[in-house]
Amino acid sequence: MVAPASPPAARRGPLGGLASHPSLRVLEHDLLVFRRGWHSYMLSGLSQPFLYLISMGIGLGLYVNRNGGAPDGVPYLNYVAPALLVTQAMMAASFESAWPIMSKFVWEKTYLAALNTPLGATNLLVGDLMWISFRAVLLSVLFFAAILALGAVSSPLAVLSIPVAVLTAMAFAAPIMAFTATQKTDQPFNVLFRFGITPLFLFSGTFFPIDRLPLFLQPLAWATPLYHGVSLARGLSLGRVEPLADLVHLAVLGAFAATGLVAGRITFRRRLAL
Amino acid sequence: MGPPSEPPAALVRCTRAHGQYHPGVPANATPLDSLIYARGLTKRFGSFTAVDGVDFDVAPGEAFGFLGPNGAGKTSTMRMIGTVSPVSAGTLTVFGLEPAHDGARIRSRLGVVPQADTLDRDLSVLENLLIYGRYFDLSWGEARRRAVELLEFVQLTERSNDQVEPLSGGMKRRLVIARALINEPSLLLLDEPTTGLDPQARHLVWDRLYRLKQRGVTLCLTTHYMDEAEQLCDRLVVMDKARIVAEGSPRQLIERYVTREVLELRFRRDEGETDDSAHLVGQLEGLAERFEQLPDRTLVYTSDGEATAAAAFERGLRPTGVLVRRGSLEDVFLRLTGRSLVE
Repeated sequence: MVAPASPPAARRGPLGGLASHPSLRVLEHDLLVFRRGWHSYMLSGLSQPFLYLISMGIGLGLYVNRNGGAPDGVPYLNYVAPALLVTQAMMAASFESAWPIMSKFVWEKTYLAALNTPLGATNLLVGDLMWISFRAVLLSVLFFAAILALGAVSSPLAVLSIPVAVLTAMAFAAPIMAFTATQKTDQPFNVLFRFGITPLFLFSGTFFPIDRLPLFLQPLAWATPLYHGVSLARGLSLGRVEPLADLVHLAVLGAFAATGLVAGRITFRRRLAL
Repeated sequence: MGPPSEPPAALVRCTRAHGQYHPGVPANATPLDSLIYARGLTKRFGSFTAVDGVDFDVAPGEAFGFLGPNGAGKTSTMRMIGTVSPVSAGTLTVFGLEPAHDGARIRSRLGVVPQADTLDRDLSVLENLLIYGRYFDLSWGEARRRAVELLEFVQLTERSNDQVEPLSGGMKRRLVIARALINEPSLLLLDEPTTGLDPQARHLVWDRLYRLKQRGVTLCLTTHYMDEAEQLCDRLVVMDKARIVAEGSPRQLIERYVTREVLELRFRRDEGETDDSAHLVGQLEGLAERFEQLPDRTLVYTSDGEATAAAAFERGLRPTGVLVRRGSLEDVFLRLTGRSLVE
């Protein structure tokens, strides 16, 4: 008789299927594809943040440092490097959860093929979120190595800014994936990046503290996950741990990721119920 | 491939687990002895009804077809069987299981060849099969063993390491069939398996499907080609406008709805001449039991085409073209709906 495949994912509670085993198969698929194009992916993923690191951290840093450096007299490169570590992970993950996911729904229809196997919509969501997070790990480790090489690290705790970058990536990827599942075309992504992701990158405390923002914009920056990722990573990198504030940062990032995942579970299932 | 029948004990257990017994089911067909069992099966998209209360059963080992024009509801029906499209109303069990509760378990035993190829263009031919095997929870080793065997079966061994994109339409379709077999399914769903293929490629696909049938795999397919239905199906239902309008073997359907032979007459229509079909049918009256006037020709349903043609000549009719052929499923469809299958 036909060998029965693995039992279906446990379906207990609203998040029951999330931790299920079949999601790993989706990750395997993405790794198989990645084997071919990993070099160009890494290169294009790292070149831009690296240019920012050099031009801002070292170039602009010359002038900043001449005027007393970043807040508390920190060298500007050390101030900006952990923030760029987080923003590069955020940028890459945001991109990955928009166009490539749209492609799996619409252009290449990878998801439709997978749906004819024991895999379900939630497996596809979780598997691809794991995959985006995995690449955030790769990029962040490499970028961190570059920061180390430039001597822009003030504390051994700085190594913890890698998981912070990955968590920030997930806090963006999960909600954007949920959104992607509701869209028929990639038009809205241009708006999302132009008026959402790029301003966040510039104004979430990456290059200057958010208390330099107009008063009315400060709560806005506070409400976005990037600000929390940047603050947390910078604190760790500079060796300044503030347990309460850091816990709040972590909680906000976790909440964005979890909310995105729950929303994604709904939108993926809705989209993939043909 | 396994034997055609399912172990009933397992089915009984699965069915009982969900308490899905359906009153009013005829004694001769139950969810237990049908691989697919549908009663009043309905699919709605908003206010549009794609499938309107259809009843059918597919028995283990048979080749079952949905014949109908585009938009008849064939694909929607297939997607409900494949558990990717939720049932709007009615009853559907596959392997005795409910799609809504046991989708993953049903899919683990199904092979699906969708209408669109959905192959992974980022992967090689072999990798397409390997990863699909992984989706079915096969070990890499087992997936590779089956993939190599299946590529042999669909005659794509030489293309194993090629990318998918340069393959021809026929090769891609064969690859999708191989992919659908990676989990050694006992039921294979094929949605228009040869649409868009050239005649040679079609025959190759038919040949492979026929071999699968020989091995005991149950086939369930949709088509709008009557020759495909005749070639492959033991039994079929004719669908039109979301409903099933007839059911039977190709032979039974032809016997029931059309005559043994069909005489096709073509008449030259002079410039400016008005439509004279009523006049024409009047002239043919009494020659045969039924006529069908198509835009380009007149079909005369008769048991003896030659004799009827001779009789028509005796009445002074001078057609420019005369063809005697056997009654076909196309005629069945025309009879039932007044329209051709492929428009």
